Amino acid sequence: MSLPQRYDAPEIGLTGWSRWIWRQLTSMKTALILLLLLAAAAVPGSIYPQRSADPNGVSQFFDNNPDLAPVLDFVQLFDVYGSVWFSAIYILLFTSLVGCVLPRAKVHYDALRQEPVKTPTILSRMPAHKKSTTPKGFDPVPIGMEILKKRGYRVIKRGNSLSAEKGYMRESGNLVFHLSLVGVLIAVGVGGGYSFSGQRVLAEGDTFVNNLAGFDSLSPGLFFDPENLTPLSVTLEKFEVDYDLSNKTNIGAVLDFRATVTRRTSPQDAGETSVVRVNSPLDEKGASLYLTGHGYAPEITVRDADGNISFSGATIFLPQDSNMTSIGIIKVPDNIPEQIGIVAFFYPTAAELSSGAYTSMFPGVVNPLISMNVYTGDLGLDSGQSLNVYSLDTERLTQVAGRDAPTPGIVLELGQTKELPNGLGSVTFEGIKRFASLDIAYNPGQLWVLLFSLLALGGVIVGLITPRRRVWVKNTDSGFEVAALSKREDPRLEELVRELTEEIKKGIK
Amino acid sequence: MNNVILNESLSQISLLVVFAAMAVFTAAFLVSGWHLSKVASNKVKEVNPTSVLERVGLALTLVATLVLAAGVILRGIAASRVPWANLYEYSITGSLILLMVFLISIRVPEVRILATFVVGFVLLILGTAVSLFYVEVQSLMPALQSFWLVIHVLVALTATAFFSIAAALSTAYLLKTANWLEKPKSKGVENFKRVMGVFPKKETLEQFAYRFNIIGFILWSFTLIAGAIWAERAWHRYWGWDTKEVWTFIIWTIYAGYLHANATRGWSGKRAIWLGLVGFVAVVFNFTIVNMFFKGLHVYSGL
Repeated sequence: MSLPQRYDAPEIGLTGWSRWIWRQLTSMKTALILLLLLAAAAVPGSIYPQRSADPNGVSQFFDNNPDLAPVLDFVQLFDVYGSVWFSAIYILLFTSLVGCVLPRAKVHYDALRQEPVKTPTILSRMPAHKKSTTPKGFDPVPIGMEILKKRGYRVIKRGNSLSAEKGYMRESGNLVFHLSLVGVLIAVGVGGGYSFSGQRVLAEGDTFVNNLAGFDSLSPGLFFDPENLTPLSVTLEKFEVDYDLSNKTNIGAVLDFRATVTRRTSPQDAGETSVVRVNSPLDEKGASLYLTGHGYAPEITVRDADGNISFSGATIFLPQDSNMTSIGIIKVPDNIPEQIGIVAFFYPTAAELSSGAYTSMFPGVVNPLISMNVYTGDLGLDSGQSLNVYSLDTERLTQVAGRDAPTPGIVLELGQTKELPNGLGSVTFEGIKRFASLDIAYNPGQLWVLLFSLLALGGVIVGLITPRRRVWVKNTDSGFEVAALSKREDPRLEELVRELTEEIKKGIK
Repeated sequence: MNNVILNESLSQISLLVVFAAMAVFTAAFLVSGWHLSKVASNKVKEVNPTSVLERVGLALTLVATLVLAAGVILRGIAASRVPWANLYEYSITGSLILLMVFLISIRVPEVRILATFVVGFVLLILGTAVSLFYVEVQSLMPALQSFWLVIHVLVALTATAFFSIAAALSTAYLLKTANWLEKPKSKGVENFKRVMGVFPKKETLEQFAYRFNIIGFILWSFTLIAGAIWAERAWHRYWGWDTKEVWTFIIWTIYAGYLHANATRGWSGKRAIWLGLVGFVAVVFNFTIVNMFFKGLHVYSGL
């Protein structure tokens, strides 16, 4: 008597399972499903703001949807393209691609060295076939050989027939396309690791120095080394904007931005002047400078109660609308007797609304005006915390001039000086500069990405439009037969057989 | 100092010419539709290539296309630049390219029979363009002042033209193979079945859809690469998952899936056709909804 076997089925084992999984993964159906999954997975990234492209949008979303946002964040909907699930799909897809393409490359390599296939016994079964009669004694085989070779076929004589094949480039193109995509992925990954991109805002006259301290913000790649930043300094000499003044419906539209810069590679360098525009960056070894934004930087001087200068210089004012109404923050911690903070509005072409408030009517400087609200109190600069230069936390401050204060806001025309209330000193609107926002970026992988992309494009074109055809010519008792077969539906197949028949007939005569 | 001369009265004339083209397209649409119904009622199996009505329909389409071309060129002259820099201009230039591709392809009877579909679709685009997308001529914003505008957008519009014709063929395929046509239950369905009988057999429709989609896919790949090169020049990075980049990628991926489906057992035929149409829906979505409502760097609809 035997005990019932617990496991009747033959053991597949780990290798068996892995082989099965591998075969599933590298099947065309899986690739297809992964492709569609990838497309679907990319959609939410266009619906929800992404940290990489629109960080402000993300914080706004958090403010507007405090309950929903953390849930979405947990499933990485604000970092879709770096998320675990998106990465999983494309890693599986590329694994499937490699697993499918490498064996196919081997098969293709072998096929390239093999002779065309044996001639089928019954040619009339082929999708395109034609039978012709010729006078007895004429052999179509040598003539056919010559014609097919001239047409670029690989031909072999097999007994009383010819077997020919053409269009190996179809598979070659296909393979080049897929392998180039792997190249693109690697170049994107490696290039991204060694890349960096940073921002710097420069007022006219300011200089950017290409080292860590030179950036307002920097997003480095994984393998970025600040030691590798090339010695370079770029001074913004002037920034010019052309506005349309002549076409009625287009007045105020920007026609051109020009940042004139001087670049130096060492302190002794006399410098070289060039113009940076949108779409035309300054390309230097190891870094390119791109013009991405602009605005005004009014020059304001603050004097304290003793008449000493407590603040002076150009301040970056961030534009708020298309007519360049701009807001700037001035912090004067060294003012005597009290620290002051100023929230200032700049109107390049000011107009007074009926409410008494100001607005800007045109983005260029025609009638410049600054209005400011002045605060006193501890600005918090001594606590050592780094504070945003573009905002002033007014909660712990006292407004001394402005709508909420006994003294109305201070309004300055260009060149004007006005007293600050409570004997705090005075403020002067000295001049107007412009500023430019520059992106400084470097990606050593991008040329490789381009190269592989173009290779992929070339591959896909060749792979999709090259027909793969087999042609046979057979000598029969009463004449000869021509037949052809194609890998895909091929509209020209019958025409081809007809043409070949005609040409062979001509050759016989 | 740069100066741009915008000719507003000329752009008004351009708009009138586009309206005129729409009138002729309407006539072409009616004649082509009449042709279809006539062929169907005669129970003629084969499409008669010498049919007078078909010729008149195609001649009207040709005339309308020439008028539209005049409208597009005038728009370009009025703006002193290429006439494809906002949604209205994409629409009129895109329609023109679609018609040019169609008229070049009408030597093939399988494509010629689509005249009603294509002209109807163009009327839909032009109608939307003049009523919802219209904007006065404007100068090019600095971000668009690049010769990549000429190439990137032009190739994208041409790709869209090929996708559109493939979509028309695919729609015909689905209508022809629809289950409810098998046993017509009402007179209307029976008539419709007869109209669909005028169209080529489903294998032919499938083949031609595949061919047009292939060309569309190649052009779309080029659009993507050209866009990346331009993005590097303008925004410091060749790819940044901007909403428009995302959708370009989605469309590319769906069509790549379509190509694979055609080579996968169990997926070719109806499923592949559906996939191609999903791709086309994404193209239309990208052109309209993404252009108008999605936040991103490609804010060039002009609306």
